[in-house]
Amino acid sequence: MSALTAIGEVLVLLGTFFYILSALGLIRMPDVYNRMQTATKSATLGSLGVIIGVGIWALGTDFGSAAWLTKTIVIAVFLLLTNPISAHALIRAAYKSGIPLWEGSVVDKYREHIDAKTTETETPEETPEEGGEE
Amino acid sequence: MEEASKISRYLYTVIVLFLIWLFLTASLDPQELGFGLLLSLIAAAFTYEIFTTGGLANLHPKKVAYAIAYIPYFLWAMIMANLDVAYRVLHPKRPIRPGIVKCRTVLNSDVGKLALANSITLTPGTITLDVDGENYFIHWIWVPDEAMTEKEDEHVKAASANITAPFEKFLKVIFG
Repeated sequence: MSALTAIGEVLVLLGTFFYILSALGLIRMPDVYNRMQTATKSATLGSLGVIIGVGIWALGTDFGSAAWLTKTIVIAVFLLLTNPISAHALIRAAYKSGIPLWEGSVVDKYREHIDAKTTETETPEETPEEGGEE
Repeated sequence: MEEASKISRYLYTVIVLFLIWLFLTASLDPQELGFGLLLSLIAAAFTYEIFTTGGLANLHPKKVAYAIAYIPYFLWAMIMANLDVAYRVLHPKRPIRPGIVKCRTVLNSDVGKLALANSITLTPGTITLDVDGENYFIHWIWVPDEAMTEKEDEHVKAASANITAPFEKFLKVIFG
Protein backbone atom coordinates (compact mmCIF):
# COMPACT_ATOMS: atom_id res chain seq x y z
CA MET A 1 0.00 0.00 0.00
CA SER A 2 1.63 3.19 -1.21
CA ALA A 3 1.13 6.81 -0.21
CA LEU A 4 -1.04 7.47 -3.28
CA THR A 5 -3.44 4.71 -2.26
CA ALA A 6 -3.71 6.18 1.22
CA ILE A 7 -4.43 9.69 -0.12
CA GLY A 8 -7.10 8.29 -2.45
CA GLU A 9 -8.76 6.35 0.34
CA VAL A 10 -8.87 9.41 2.59
CA LEU A 11 -10.41 11.51 -0.22
CA VAL A 12 -13.10 8.88 -0.89
CA LEU A 13 -13.89 8.69 2.83
CA LEU A 14 -14.24 12.48 3.06
CA GLY A 15 -16.45 12.46 -0.03
CA THR A 16 -18.80 9.85 1.42
CA PHE A 17 -18.95 11.84 4.68
CA PHE A 18 -20.19 14.88 2.73
CA TYR A 19 -22.70 12.65 0.88
CA ILE A 20 -24.15 11.58 4.24
CA LEU A 21 -24.24 15.22 5.35
CA SER A 22 -26.11 16.13 2.17
CA ALA A 23 -28.74 13.44 2.79
CA LEU A 24 -29.07 14.50 6.42
CA GLY A 25 -29.59 18.10 5.29
CA LEU A 26 -32.51 17.00 3.12
CA ILE A 27 -34.21 15.60 6.24
CA ARG A 28 -33.43 18.39 8.68
CA MET A 29 -34.05 21.54 6.64
CA PRO A 30 -37.54 23.09 6.71
CA ASP A 31 -38.29 24.06 3.09
CA VAL A 32 -37.21 23.42 -0.49
CA TYR A 33 -34.86 26.43 -0.67
CA ASN A 34 -32.82 25.48 2.38
CA ARG A 35 -32.75 21.87 1.24
CA MET A 36 -31.27 22.93 -2.08
CA GLN A 37 -28.57 24.80 -0.16
CA THR A 38 -27.33 21.76 1.72
CA ALA A 39 -27.94 19.24 -1.06
CA THR A 40 -26.07 21.16 -3.77
CA LYS A 41 -22.97 22.14 -1.83
CA SER A 42 -22.32 18.91 0.00
CA ALA A 43 -23.16 16.66 -2.94
CA THR A 44 -20.84 18.60 -5.26
CA LEU A 45 -17.82 18.53 -2.94
CA GLY A 46 -18.60 14.93 -1.97
CA SER A 47 -18.59 13.91 -5.63
CA LEU A 48 -15.35 15.79 -6.27
CA GLY A 49 -13.72 13.99 -3.35
CA VAL A 50 -14.91 10.54 -4.42
CA ILE A 51 -14.09 11.00 -8.13
CA ILE A 52 -10.63 12.54 -7.72
CA GLY A 53 -9.97 10.12 -4.87
CA VAL A 54 -10.63 7.13 -7.15
CA GLY A 55 -8.23 8.59 -9.73
CA ILE A 56 -5.43 8.97 -7.19
CA TRP A 57 -6.21 5.61 -5.57
CA ALA A 58 -5.82 3.86 -8.93
CA LEU A 59 -2.39 5.47 -9.46
CA GLY A 60 -1.08 3.63 -6.40
CA THR A 61 -2.25 0.17 -7.51
CA ASP A 62 -0.39 -2.02 -10.02
CA PHE A 63 -3.17 -1.99 -12.67
CA GLY A 64 -3.62 1.79 -12.54
CA SER A 65 -2.18 4.36 -14.95
CA ALA A 66 -2.19 8.13 -15.47
CA ALA A 67 -5.26 7.74 -17.71
CA TRP A 68 -7.36 7.13 -14.58
CA LEU A 69 -6.44 10.49 -13.11
CA THR A 70 -6.95 12.55 -16.29
CA LYS A 71 -10.36 10.98 -16.97
CA THR A 72 -11.54 11.53 -13.43
CA ILE A 73 -10.37 15.16 -13.62
CA VAL A 74 -12.46 15.72 -16.76
CA ILE A 75 -15.51 14.17 -15.08
CA ALA A 76 -14.96 16.26 -11.94
CA VAL A 77 -14.69 19.51 -13.93
CA PHE A 78 -17.86 18.78 -15.89
CA LEU A 79 -19.69 17.99 -12.66
CA LEU A 80 -18.39 21.16 -11.02
CA LEU A 81 -19.61 23.27 -13.96
CA THR A 82 -23.06 21.68 -14.38
CA ASN A 83 -24.19 20.93 -10.82
CA PRO A 84 -24.78 24.54 -9.71
CA ILE A 85 -26.67 25.27 -12.94
CA SER A 86 -29.13 22.46 -12.30
CA ALA A 87 -29.56 23.65 -8.71
CA HIS A 88 -30.23 27.17 -9.99
CA ALA A 89 -32.80 25.88 -12.50
CA LEU A 90 -34.57 23.80 -9.84
CA ILE A 91 -34.76 26.55 -7.21
CA ARG A 92 -35.94 29.08 -9.78
CA ALA A 93 -38.62 26.71 -11.04
CA ALA A 94 -39.70 26.10 -7.43
CA TYR A 95 -40.09 29.83 -6.87
CA LYS A 96 -41.92 30.39 -10.16
CA SER A 97 -44.42 27.62 -9.38
CA GLY A 98 -45.34 29.39 -6.16
CA ILE A 99 -43.77 27.30 -3.41
CA PRO A 100 -43.72 29.57 -0.32
CA LEU A 101 -40.64 30.39 1.73
CA TRP A 102 -40.31 28.96 5.22
CA GLU A 103 -42.23 31.07 7.77
CA GLY A 104 -38.95 31.92 9.53
CA SER A 105 -37.61 33.73 6.46
CA VAL A 106 -36.76 37.36 7.06
CA VAL A 107 -36.63 39.15 3.69
CA ASP A 108 -37.90 38.48 0.17
CA LYS A 109 -36.51 41.04 -2.25
CA TYR A 110 -37.37 38.88 -5.27
CA ARG A 111 -41.12 39.16 -4.65
CA GLU A 112 -40.80 42.96 -4.57
CA HIS A 113 -38.81 42.86 -7.81
CA ILE A 114 -41.40 40.69 -9.61
CA ASP A 115 -44.28 42.85 -8.34
CA ALA A 116 -42.55 46.02 -9.51
CA LYS A 117 -41.95 44.46 -12.92
CA THR A 118 -45.48 43.17 -13.49
CA THR A 119 -47.09 46.49 -12.53
CA GLU A 120 -44.71 48.26 -14.90
CA THR A 121 -45.47 46.08 -17.90
CA GLU A 122 -49.13 45.23 -17.32
CA THR A 123 -50.65 48.66 -16.87
CA PRO A 124 -50.02 49.94 -20.41
CA GLU A 125 -51.08 46.61 -21.93
CA GLU A 126 -54.37 46.24 -20.05
CA THR A 127 -55.94 49.54 -21.00
CA PRO A 128 -56.16 49.00 -24.79
CA GLU A 129 -57.45 45.42 -24.26
CA GLU A 130 -60.30 46.59 -22.09
CA GLY A 131 -61.12 49.32 -24.57
CA GLY A 132 -61.28 46.77 -27.39
CA GLU A 133 -63.71 44.50 -25.53
CA GLU A 134 -66.10 47.27 -24.79
CA MET B 1 -16.82 43.00 -25.14
CA GLU B 2 -16.57 43.33 -28.91
CA GLU B 3 -16.62 40.19 -31.00
CA ALA B 4 -13.31 38.76 -32.15
CA SER B 5 -12.75 37.69 -35.75
CA LYS B 6 -14.21 34.38 -36.92
CA ILE B 7 -10.85 32.69 -37.42
CA SER B 8 -9.72 33.59 -33.89
CA ARG B 9 -12.93 32.21 -32.37
CA TYR B 10 -12.59 29.05 -34.46
CA LEU B 11 -8.97 28.48 -33.35
CA TYR B 12 -9.89 29.02 -29.70
CA THR B 13 -12.65 26.41 -29.93
CA VAL B 14 -10.23 23.95 -31.57
CA ILE B 15 -7.71 24.46 -28.77
CA VAL B 16 -10.27 23.88 -26.01
CA LEU B 17 -11.72 20.77 -27.69
CA PHE B 18 -8.27 19.34 -28.31
CA LEU B 19 -7.31 19.86 -24.66
CA ILE B 20 -10.40 17.91 -23.58
CA TRP B 21 -9.45 15.15 -26.05
CA LEU B 22 -5.93 15.03 -24.59
CA PHE B 23 -7.31 14.56 -21.09
CA LEU B 24 -9.85 11.93 -22.15
CA THR B 25 -7.43 9.73 -24.08
CA ALA B 26 -4.36 10.39 -21.89
CA SER B 27 -2.00 9.12 -24.59
CA LEU B 28 0.62 10.85 -26.75
CA ASP B 29 0.49 8.29 -29.60
CA PRO B 30 0.77 10.27 -32.89
CA GLN B 31 -2.19 8.39 -34.41
CA GLU B 32 -4.46 9.33 -31.50
CA LEU B 33 -3.25 12.94 -31.55
CA GLY B 34 -3.86 13.25 -35.31
CA PHE B 35 -7.36 11.80 -35.11
CA GLY B 36 -8.18 13.99 -32.12
CA LEU B 37 -7.03 17.07 -34.00
CA LEU B 38 -9.16 16.09 -36.99
CA LEU B 39 -12.26 15.59 -34.81
CA SER B 40 -11.59 18.89 -33.00
CA LEU B 41 -11.41 20.73 -36.32
CA ILE B 42 -14.72 19.20 -37.48
CA ALA B 43 -16.56 19.73 -34.17
CA ALA B 44 -15.24 23.29 -33.84
CA ALA B 45 -16.53 24.17 -37.33
CA PHE B 46 -20.07 23.38 -36.15
CA THR B 47 -19.93 24.87 -32.68
CA TYR B 48 -17.60 27.88 -32.60
CA GLU B 49 -20.42 30.37 -33.22
CA ILE B 50 -22.15 29.58 -29.95
CA PHE B 51 -19.04 28.56 -28.00
CA THR B 52 -17.21 31.86 -27.66
CA THR B 53 -17.36 35.52 -28.53
CA GLY B 54 -13.92 36.46 -27.24
CA GLY B 55 -11.77 34.19 -29.39
CA LEU B 56 -8.06 33.85 -28.76
CA ALA B 57 -8.10 36.93 -26.51
CA ASN B 58 -9.30 34.55 -23.79
CA LEU B 59 -5.81 33.05 -23.70
CA HIS B 60 -4.14 36.32 -22.69
CA PRO B 61 -1.41 35.39 -20.10
CA LYS B 62 -2.85 37.69 -17.44
CA LYS B 63 -6.28 36.09 -17.76
CA VAL B 64 -4.82 32.58 -17.61
CA ALA B 65 -2.75 33.48 -14.53
CA TYR B 66 -5.81 34.87 -12.75
CA ALA B 67 -7.83 31.79 -13.72
CA ILE B 68 -5.17 29.50 -12.23
CA ALA B 69 -4.99 31.62 -9.07
CA TYR B 70 -8.78 31.49 -8.85
CA ILE B 71 -8.87 27.67 -8.58
CA PRO B 72 -7.33 27.27 -5.07
CA TYR B 73 -9.21 30.36 -3.86
CA PHE B 74 -12.49 28.88 -5.06
CA LEU B 75 -11.76 25.40 -3.70
CA TRP B 76 -10.97 26.90 -0.29
CA ALA B 77 -14.29 28.81 -0.32
CA MET B 78 -16.05 25.58 -1.26
CA ILE B 79 -14.50 23.63 1.62
CA MET B 80 -15.51 26.40 4.02
CA ALA B 81 -19.03 26.22 2.56
CA ASN B 82 -19.25 22.52 3.35
CA LEU B 83 -17.98 22.97 6.90
CA ASP B 84 -20.64 25.67 7.23
CA VAL B 85 -23.30 23.24 5.98
CA ALA B 86 -21.99 20.58 8.37
CA TYR B 87 -22.31 23.01 11.28
CA ARG B 88 -25.87 24.01 10.39
CA VAL B 89 -27.07 20.46 9.78
CA LEU B 90 -25.46 18.85 12.82
CA HIS B 91 -26.18 21.67 15.32
CA PRO B 92 -29.16 20.62 17.46
CA LYS B 93 -30.84 24.04 17.26
CA ARG B 94 -30.50 24.25 13.44
CA PRO B 95 -29.28 27.88 13.25
CA ILE B 96 -30.84 29.24 10.06
CA ARG B 97 -32.36 32.64 9.26
CA PRO B 98 -33.08 32.44 5.53
CA GLY B 99 -34.15 35.14 3.15
CA ILE B 100 -33.85 36.30 -0.45
CA VAL B 101 -31.52 39.27 -0.86
CA LYS B 102 -30.60 41.43 -3.80
CA CYS B 103 -27.02 42.03 -4.99
CA ARG B 104 -25.50 44.09 -7.71
CA THR B 105 -22.52 43.07 -9.83
CA VAL B 106 -19.92 45.01 -11.80
CA LEU B 107 -19.40 42.25 -14.40
CA ASN B 108 -20.53 42.93 -17.97
CA SER B 109 -20.06 39.72 -19.99
CA ASP B 110 -22.58 36.88 -19.94
CA VAL B 111 -19.94 34.22 -19.27
CA GLY B 112 -18.65 36.23 -16.33
CA LYS B 113 -22.16 36.44 -14.89
CA LEU B 114 -22.57 32.69 -15.30
CA ALA B 115 -19.26 32.03 -13.54
CA LEU B 116 -20.25 34.38 -10.71
CA ALA B 117 -23.64 32.69 -10.31
CA ASN B 118 -21.99 29.27 -10.16
CA SER B 119 -19.41 30.49 -7.65
CA ILE B 120 -22.14 31.96 -5.45
CA THR B 121 -24.11 28.72 -5.51
CA LEU B 122 -21.14 26.68 -4.30
CA THR B 123 -19.92 28.98 -1.52
CA PRO B 124 -21.08 29.47 2.08
CA GLY B 125 -24.80 29.75 2.67
CA THR B 126 -25.86 31.30 -0.64
CA ILE B 127 -27.63 30.01 -3.76
CA THR B 128 -28.49 32.01 -6.87
CA LEU B 129 -32.21 32.24 -7.50
CA ASP B 130 -32.38 34.54 -10.50
CA VAL B 131 -30.19 36.91 -12.49
CA ASP B 132 -31.79 39.91 -14.15
CA GLY B 133 -29.37 42.30 -15.83
CA GLU B 134 -26.96 43.40 -13.14
CA ASN B 135 -29.18 42.30 -10.26
CA TYR B 136 -28.65 38.97 -8.53
CA PHE B 137 -31.38 37.47 -6.34
CA ILE B 138 -29.77 35.19 -3.83
CA HIS B 139 -31.28 32.88 -1.23
CA TRP B 140 -29.14 33.33 1.86
CA ILE B 141 -29.33 30.84 4.70
CA TRP B 142 -28.23 33.33 7.39
CA VAL B 143 -29.06 36.95 6.57
CA PRO B 144 -26.78 39.11 8.79
CA ASP B 145 -28.02 42.14 10.69
CA GLU B 146 -26.47 44.74 8.39
CA ALA B 147 -28.50 43.42 5.44
CA MET B 148 -31.82 43.64 7.32
CA THR B 149 -32.19 47.41 6.85
CA GLU B 150 -35.30 48.77 5.20
CA LYS B 151 -33.39 51.07 2.84
CA GLU B 152 -32.80 49.52 -0.56
CA ASP B 153 -29.32 51.03 -1.14
CA GLU B 154 -27.82 49.95 2.19
CA HIS B 155 -29.28 46.49 1.81
CA VAL B 156 -27.80 45.99 -1.67
CA LYS B 157 -24.46 47.39 -0.53
CA ALA B 158 -24.20 45.12 2.50
CA ALA B 159 -25.30 42.02 0.59
CA SER B 160 -22.94 42.69 -2.32
CA ALA B 161 -19.96 43.26 -0.03
CA ASN B 162 -20.60 39.86 1.56
CA ILE B 163 -21.52 37.75 -1.46
CA THR B 164 -20.38 39.02 -4.85
CA ALA B 165 -17.38 41.26 -4.06
CA PRO B 166 -14.88 38.52 -3.04
CA PHE B 167 -15.18 36.80 -6.43
CA GLU B 168 -15.52 39.86 -8.62
CA LYS B 169 -11.90 40.92 -8.25
CA PHE B 170 -10.89 37.67 -9.98
CA LEU B 171 -13.77 37.30 -12.43
CA LYS B 172 -13.52 40.91 -13.57
CA VAL B 173 -10.04 40.18 -14.95
CA ILE B 174 -10.84 36.72 -16.32
CA PHE B 175 -14.09 37.48 -18.14
CA GLY B 176 -14.45 41.27 -18.10
